[in-house]
Amino acid sequence: MSDFQQFTDPRAERRLQQQRVMIVLALVFLLGACLVARYYFLQIKQHERYATLSEENRVHVRPVPPTRGLVYDRNGVILAENRPSYTLSIVRERAVDVDQLLADLKDLIGLTEPELEQFQIQRKQYRRPYEGVELRFRLNEEEVAKLAVNEFRLPGIEVEVELIRHYPLGEIYAHTLGYVGRINEREQARFDPDLYDGTRVTGKIGIEKQYEDSLLGLVGYEYVETDARGNVLRVLEREDPVAGQNLWLHLDSRLQKKIYELLEGKRASIVAIDVETGGVLAMASVPGFDPNLFVTGISNRAYNALLNDLDKPLYDRSIYGQYPPGSTVKPIYGLAGLAEGVIDSSFTVPDYGYFQLPNEERRFRDWKKEGHGEVDLRIAIEQSCDVYFYEMGYRGGIDMLSKYGDLFGLGKPTGIDLPSESIGVMPSRDWKRENRGIAWYPGDTINASIGQGFTLTTPLQLANMTAVLARRGANITPSIIRAMDQAEFLFENIAVQDVVADEQHWDLVYQGMEDVMHSIRGTAYRIGVGMDYQMAGKTGTAQVVSIEQDAEYDSEQLKERQRDHALFVGFAPLENPSIAVAVILENGEHSSAAAELARALVDEWRLLQQQDDIDAEAEIEVAAVREVGT
Amino acid sequence: MADFLRRLPEGGVEGTSKPSFWQRVHLDPILLCIVYAILGIGTFVLISAGESSLYYVKRQLVFAGIGTIAMIVVAQLPPSFMRRWVWPVYVFGILLLLVVLFFGAGAKGAQRWIDLGVISFQPSEIVKLTLPITVAAFLSQGPLPPNLGRVVTTLVLVLTPMGLVLKQPDLGTGMLIAASGFIVLFLAGLKWRYLIAAFVLALIGLPLLWLFVMHDYQRQRVLTMFNPEADKLGAGWNIIQSKTAIGSGGWSGKGWMGGTQSHLDFLPEGHTDFIIAVLAEEFGMRGVLFLLCFYMLFVVRGFWISLNAKSAFGRMVAGALTFTLFVYVFVNMGMVSGILPVVGVPLPLVSYGGTSLLSLFMSFGVLMAIATEKRKLSDK
Repeated sequence: MSDFQQFTDPRAERRLQQQRVMIVLALVFLLGACLVARYYFLQIKQHERYATLSEENRVHVRPVPPTRGLVYDRNGVILAENRPSYTLSIVRERAVDVDQLLADLKDLIGLTEPELEQFQIQRKQYRRPYEGVELRFRLNEEEVAKLAVNEFRLPGIEVEVELIRHYPLGEIYAHTLGYVGRINEREQARFDPDLYDGTRVTGKIGIEKQYEDSLLGLVGYEYVETDARGNVLRVLEREDPVAGQNLWLHLDSRLQKKIYELLEGKRASIVAIDVETGGVLAMASVPGFDPNLFVTGISNRAYNALLNDLDKPLYDRSIYGQYPPGSTVKPIYGLAGLAEGVIDSSFTVPDYGYFQLPNEERRFRDWKKEGHGEVDLRIAIEQSCDVYFYEMGYRGGIDMLSKYGDLFGLGKPTGIDLPSESIGVMPSRDWKRENRGIAWYPGDTINASIGQGFTLTTPLQLANMTAVLARRGANITPSIIRAMDQAEFLFENIAVQDVVADEQHWDLVYQGMEDVMHSIRGTAYRIGVGMDYQMAGKTGTAQVVSIEQDAEYDSEQLKERQRDHALFVGFAPLENPSIAVAVILENGEHSSAAAELARALVDEWRLLQQQDDIDAEAEIEVAAVREVGT
Repeated sequence: MADFLRRLPEGGVEGTSKPSFWQRVHLDPILLCIVYAILGIGTFVLISAGESSLYYVKRQLVFAGIGTIAMIVVAQLPPSFMRRWVWPVYVFGILLLLVVLFFGAGAKGAQRWIDLGVISFQPSEIVKLTLPITVAAFLSQGPLPPNLGRVVTTLVLVLTPMGLVLKQPDLGTGMLIAASGFIVLFLAGLKWRYLIAAFVLALIGLPLLWLFVMHDYQRQRVLTMFNPEADKLGAGWNIIQSKTAIGSGGWSGKGWMGGTQSHLDFLPEGHTDFIIAVLAEEFGMRGVLFLLCFYMLFVVRGFWISLNAKSAFGRMVAGALTFTLFVYVFVNMGMVSGILPVVGVPLPLVSYGGTSLLSLFMSFGVLMAIATEKRKLSDK
């Protein structure tokens, strides 16, 4: 290495390098000049052209929202659809003065206060540039015409055809099916913006919320050329959206309609379950409301009216309402006693109208003052004898009651495909210690043994309990959905044998429940008269715990609301049960009133099934005739 | 003792004077002013490009702070020290490039990043900085201009990392790495006949490169550059939009935060590679020229440092680093305005990006170390 260095001449090297640096510097200036020339060309020479491009020939990427999936009942009747409708919106970026524009529009088509109020709220929310803020939905033809004529002097308005969710059956499925509404700010923060690009609504409650992901679909995009005012000149390229999945439900809208007729003017909930599949055939909470009001945003006044209504129309009693089940739980407790060997078919209790715990003064009364005499389980269910169950509950203990309550699905979620059902309370020692902080008393057991005290259940839980009873112990998670997407994807919940008991135990309980309907001393005998089928049932009443003393309501009304709730559970037909029902009639006073509703429902269901069979046969015949013809 | 032989007899005079404050802290005040001026302009544009969210601005400033510290630290290292110790760093960089090829985190079909959990960085940034220093260190071992053997060795030094980066695949960075290595060779006084030979080889090699080395997307980019209108919505979209942004800015621009192209989401990557389009749209050609002037000042100062460097090594490194920065500017502004293919090169000190900012500041540190290099007593 060193022999090279002998010949290096630092001065020559330095001169050479400095020369090279100057060459590079010259190159840099040359390249810099190229850049200046290029920017001069773009910014000065061609400025006009690009300014025009920028101002007037804008290519926008627009999201194309997917069509929301449709919802059908079990017979293909449409429950939720999308209707095209004209929407007026305002594009802030194009409006000269939004307030002036609103004033002009008010003169033209008469805006209402709620609309303006909604608009001001929406206006503050984030949206992509040039996305309109909706002002009025469902414009009628006259309004569309007026706006079209005046469009030139109202820059910033936009009238677009939009698909708007519509619930043709309205009120009757308001709770179960739910509704969609505008995406609020909380949801906006939570949602994936890519999925909801261009979509303005989302399922708020019920099935619409539960199956939001499937119903939503996949957003598409289009590249459009627009002029300076944002009018679309042409679509350059389009990536089509994928429509949401259609849902087929177990619900039968004919049955539901019938229930709504029967419940007119009442406060009640009815749930009917298909014993074979666990599918929910009908689910009603009365009073209801019109879900269509919520789709485009309900006005504050209308919303407050619903919210403050004493009858709580917004409240879905069938899955949120928690009621003491009363005597309706007696059949399952009777079965518990049999299965656990606490009682048998020959076990009897003398009923003198009250029950006393050993060494205690307090008397637990029977609903029948003078008592029922010597009763066995069958009679105890038939006549809803309280003392029998007090005695049996005392012998079996709370642990047995909680175990079987739990096995029949009380005090825990049923697992139905609806958002956030209430879980109710199936009391136990642990439950009381955790929630009340005190130990379990024997008296608590006595109350629990007739479904009072701490016990709380939802109508859905009662219906599910009844279905488990009708399946002789097999539990199938109740479900609303039957199939998705062209019926290709069927939902089937499998049966799990939760309750294990001997056949004769089930038979004995069934006999008691049959007697409720069909024996002369049965608590619902009057209701069972004239049935062309056998039904198993159990009545119940629940005391209204308290009611706010409000001067606003007159005593008559108050009195009415302090009456007992009437309950009924049952399944039919006795042999090969197909439908299980739970009815809660708030302040119905007499449990037979609830039983009457249940019977009407079962009658209707049987009638519908017969009709369907006839229709199906006719179809087969028609098909056969056709086949012969060809 | 190669350095001893290369010292100039007449250079010893100024070394006797008392070192100034700046010489003692090893910083170049003029370069500092220019760098922070460009950074300031960049931050200003970034506020607008970041859609009024200060997220990018804050991070950018944090990285500038870290970069400044790195720069001060690097500036304290004597060039002779760098010359001796750049080799292990170079080898380390090559190893990292190999690691990235096999284990790196991918982004958009390319593997460029090493993810250490807390931070992820591109090893190619290390190589970008160390390659010119390595080549200069190598060439300064022998007499200048380098003989053929040394030229060939230099080619190996340059083409190894370049090949690895091209494999990632990252065409832009690969080319820049090659440029930063070859410019050292030029500054070392490479004989013109070699240059001409290289030029002829390139003419033959380019078609081969096109056919056998380049990826489809890279070819697509080049094709799009020549005819962006052919693919309006795909590859050409970025260029059309950035040209529209630049062109519509005119002489005086649409005003700060007033760029419609950038603010209405037409312009992609407005805060990183395409930030010059935001500046051009909002501040017009005035703004572009203003920024370009500062880059030119940087180049002039950088070359001044090179011309006055005390050693051949210092001259080559200062010249190469300065030129490399300008190449970034040129390639970035060229690609955004549609005269060069879109290769993903950030605009130095203006585009948002932590790794790039950090390595830039370190190269300024090297420049300053060269600018303030002390003469040894033996120089007298």
